[in-house]
Amino acid sequence: MTQEEIISKINEFLVDEFEVDAEKIVPTANLRETLDLDSLDYVDLVVIIESNFGFKVVAEDFINIHTFQDFYDYVNRKVAEKTTA
Amino acid sequence: MNNRVVITGLGIWSCLGKNLEEVKHSLYTGKSGIGMDMERKAWGYRSGLTGIVEAPQLKGLLDRRARVGLSEEAEYAYMATIEAMKNAKMEMDWVEKNEVGILYGNDSSAKAVSEAIDTIRAKKDTTLLGSGSIFQSMNCTVTMNLSTIFKLKGINFTISAACASGSHSIGLGYLMIKWGLQKHVICGGAQEVNPFAFGSFDGLSAFSIRENDPTKASRPFDRDRDGLVPSGGAATVILEDYESAVKRGAPILAEVIGYGFSSNGDHISNSNVDGQVRSLHMALNGAGVKAADIDYINAHATSTPGGDRTEAQAIDMVFGESKPLVSSTKSMTGHECWMAGASEIVYSMLMMQNNFVAPNINFENPDEASAKLNIAAQTTEKNIDMFLSNSFGFGGTNSSLIVKKIK
Repeated sequence: MTQEEIISKINEFLVDEFEVDAEKIVPTANLRETLDLDSLDYVDLVVIIESNFGFKVVAEDFINIHTFQDFYDYVNRKVAEKTTA
Repeated sequence: MNNRVVITGLGIWSCLGKNLEEVKHSLYTGKSGIGMDMERKAWGYRSGLTGIVEAPQLKGLLDRRARVGLSEEAEYAYMATIEAMKNAKMEMDWVEKNEVGILYGNDSSAKAVSEAIDTIRAKKDTTLLGSGSIFQSMNCTVTMNLSTIFKLKGINFTISAACASGSHSIGLGYLMIKWGLQKHVICGGAQEVNPFAFGSFDGLSAFSIRENDPTKASRPFDRDRDGLVPSGGAATVILEDYESAVKRGAPILAEVIGYGFSSNGDHISNSNVDGQVRSLHMALNGAGVKAADIDYINAHATSTPGGDRTEAQAIDMVFGESKPLVSSTKSMTGHECWMAGASEIVYSMLMMQNNFVAPNINFENPDEASAKLNIAAQTTEKNIDMFLSNSFGFGGTNSSLIVKKIK
């Protein structure tokens, strides 16, 4: 899966699951504020990532994810690790 | 305190229709909501008969956070409640500024629980259940979700009393208001309709197996009945203190005047004449009315051989002289279980508002006990000033409600 495909897939499920306007998803925007995430929403994000990319997020990983770009980079890295492994 | 308690709002989502208007038409025309669910046969059910209830489409009505916590029965309850609040003229800004409570009947959330356990077993990881699972899985799924969605600030809990849950929720709401502890309470009952929910009930051989003719399968009081048909949905009945309802300009639809309850102290699944008679007498005495004042009885009768016989005997013992019209709307709906006590108040209210008694369809031949009752086999045009609704459940829990027209 290319980086573009990963970003496209992420944006697609964020629009679908979190009902956010597609135009609000820009790399520099804050993920939590844009999606209006509370602690329960993060639980759902873990499920969605697992079902779309096949890896398990641990809650601590979210500490360093602030922007959408951070999120894309994180998923990219984990997908790459999984492929290499 | 002895406040008058009135009904100001009604809402329904059932196999007879998705709103009051559709349901009124089904009741009047004697239309059955029963069909077959072949998935149940594949699961090894003895009977695939069920009430056919449409799934609500909530996307666009509720945001994601509200939706993910709703179990199937809570979705039905949401739909019934928005209809009831709308016709009670209860706007959200008013609700937020006042103490409105919720007492709702529900006694399972089997689908949500089963699916969660299946996921844990398959994934070996509880964090993959998602955030909504816990709020869907608990018995209080309806009250915990609706109290959050509607920002309710009054009493808030679920009544689990088997097939009398919905009726007791209205009875308890009535007492809360009568005693001055609450002014506005959203009452009701909800029942999931899926293969997860009814397997153990099917295992008791309690369900009709007249699968070749689904609309004829539920036949309360008929000599040839062979069991009940499971069904569900949700019904909401909004109760308010009369003075408060008048003050806020709410429509006053009827008055709840009696609530009788009892426990059989006997068998876990077999019904009992003495327990039912005590519940009926308590309702009549509490209401301060005579048996002859009741114009119509909405019977609990589910179409089981033993249950219907017992209820017919109990009704005959108390109402044998006046012989009011009796019908079981379960002949059309099937047994709506946890929801039934509330939905049958809604059905009876529709009859009272529109001057008819809905038919006990499929009542073709009486047995010895039902021959003593005045059963409405056909739709009957009738002015109803006062009705009584019975609900009985496993464990011997009995509930009888009396509702009077406001003149």
